[in-house]
Amino acid sequence: MAATENKGSALGVEAQLEMVRRERKANNAWHKLSRNKMAVVGLVIVVVMVLMAVFANQLSPYDPNAIDMTNAYAAPGSEGHIFGTDNYGRDLLSRIIFGARISIFVAVGGTLVGAFIGVLVGLVAGFFGGLLDSIIMRVMDGMMSFPFVLLALILMTILGQGAINVVIALGIGNIPYFARVVRGQVHIVKNEEYCNAERVLGASPVRILFTHILPNAMSPIIVYFTLNVASAIISEAALSFLGMGITPPTASWGNILSGGRTCLRTSPHIATISGIFILITVLGFNLLGDGIRDVFDPKQKQ
Amino acid sequence: MAKTILKRVLQAIPVLFVVITATFILTRMVPGDPAITMLGPQASPDAVAELREQLGLNEPMWKQYIDYLLGVLQGDFGWSTSYNGDVMPLILSRLPATLSITMTGLIIAALVGIPIGVESALHQNSILDYVFMVVALVGVSMPIFWLGLMLVLTFSVNLGLLPAMGMGTFSNGVWDVVSHMILPVFCLATIPAATLARISRSSMLDTIGTDYIKSLRSRGIKETLVIWKHAFKNALPPIVTVLGLQIASAFTGAILTETIFSWPGLGTLIVNAVNGRDYSLIQGTVLFTAVVFVVINLVVDIIYAVINPRVSYEGGGQN
Repeated sequence: MAATENKGSALGVEAQLEMVRRERKANNAWHKLSRNKMAVVGLVIVVVMVLMAVFANQLSPYDPNAIDMTNAYAAPGSEGHIFGTDNYGRDLLSRIIFGARISIFVAVGGTLVGAFIGVLVGLVAGFFGGLLDSIIMRVMDGMMSFPFVLLALILMTILGQGAINVVIALGIGNIPYFARVVRGQVHIVKNEEYCNAERVLGASPVRILFTHILPNAMSPIIVYFTLNVASAIISEAALSFLGMGITPPTASWGNILSGGRTCLRTSPHIATISGIFILITVLGFNLLGDGIRDVFDPKQKQ
Repeated sequence: MAKTILKRVLQAIPVLFVVITATFILTRMVPGDPAITMLGPQASPDAVAELREQLGLNEPMWKQYIDYLLGVLQGDFGWSTSYNGDVMPLILSRLPATLSITMTGLIIAALVGIPIGVESALHQNSILDYVFMVVALVGVSMPIFWLGLMLVLTFSVNLGLLPAMGMGTFSNGVWDVVSHMILPVFCLATIPAATLARISRSSMLDTIGTDYIKSLRSRGIKETLVIWKHAFKNALPPIVTVLGLQIASAFTGAILTETIFSWPGLGTLIVNAVNGRDYSLIQGTVLFTAVVFVVINLVVDIIYAVINPRVSYEGGGQN
């Protein structure tokens, strides 16, 4: 009691606690990210787009597939259609909102598939090393030798069109990139003291892999994952643009853009608006990815 | 260093083998019967059976693979059904058109992107730096085919300044050739320029902060000399790596750009091959681009080893 009255010593305890609190806050990844303005902009864009995709049913003013031929090619701002309509008179805003659902699902799904398999492959190659590592990495190099869109294009001809097949094609194409990132990290982590200690204590390789190496490799994986979603959105759009992605009438940003190409001269709004949504979303994931990288690795500032 | 280069060359051989084999497997997995595609749906079953025999499609898979391997090693990529000609000469005849726009695009990208990145690094956190980096970020986030469409919309449809499609010929004058190239080249240069600006900036920032550069400055050496002779030279390795990656991925850009501008190069050839289910042509073009990729990567890595003697493959860290 007396101590609280005594300003000097009370301040000491309180000040120390406050300092610890502040230090924790400053080291907290979330806090660091929130101080990076660009990353916050990215995060906001990503959250808005994801919410748009999730609540497409509630947000969309029209049925995205409702055809109204009398009202085809309406310009943006015409009555009831902020973004205008397409060649079948379907409301462009509604199609963009539902397109977000497909485009983001496919991009995140494809990246997840690639990350899951790629991480396992990279862990095995990096951890066991030797001949197995050499064989795996040469196969990965081989896969990376095919231009990404070309490999995805061939896989789509084999699998046939459709959202799930785009996920599989993008996923397969992404495997070697994740494998490389993870393998590099494993090499760094595996000779650290605590891993050697575990080994001496008789821990199994699987235990070491999943309790020590994987968690330590997590930050580059997260950074790469975020940046990769950005490029996967573009890849989906590219595939749909080449006529080998999501089949109409299901709306995706890529096939809306592709449809807009045929009437670019008469109704440029379709290609312009759908492309702007792709650009903004990709920008959002890129900003967020850059921001997360700065948090995890302050040395590598862009 | 010779050992490093030799090791890298030897590494490329199994990769080429993987690429050749993967191309074979992928092409065999494309659905449909090549014989039926070649003869059309109305062909009699006898004719189809005869053609299948001729094409060697009735042979066991391993035999087909060996024949394919031997063919590839002799530069024989098979017969294109949709173009009625050998695949290899067809690819080679389309190659110059693709190289003309991709290489011009990359050279422009390097000439624009690298100095912008260096300038940004020298004026870190200035308004100039901020503007450059925002533009570069938008540049790397842009779908190339959308950029192409917007260029067509602005410069061909609205302003009527430049042609929207096709390739010019010298018989119509130099301007005909140049004017047809401007939009595709602009399209292909944008993403590499933005990527190079970003990596040049971060690599320069890392170098400028080193004690070595600080001590050069403190010795009163001329600033331009410090920047371009010393700092830039040390900042170069990551830039070369990224430039190499851009050369390699330029082909993806070419597929999309050529489709938009109806450019008669390898990109449109591949898209036509896929759409027309021209199996030998798919196999040939895919294999060709992948092999070119492996070779470019090899060359870039060797250049990298030459400009950065510290590097050693698979060794990790030792000098």
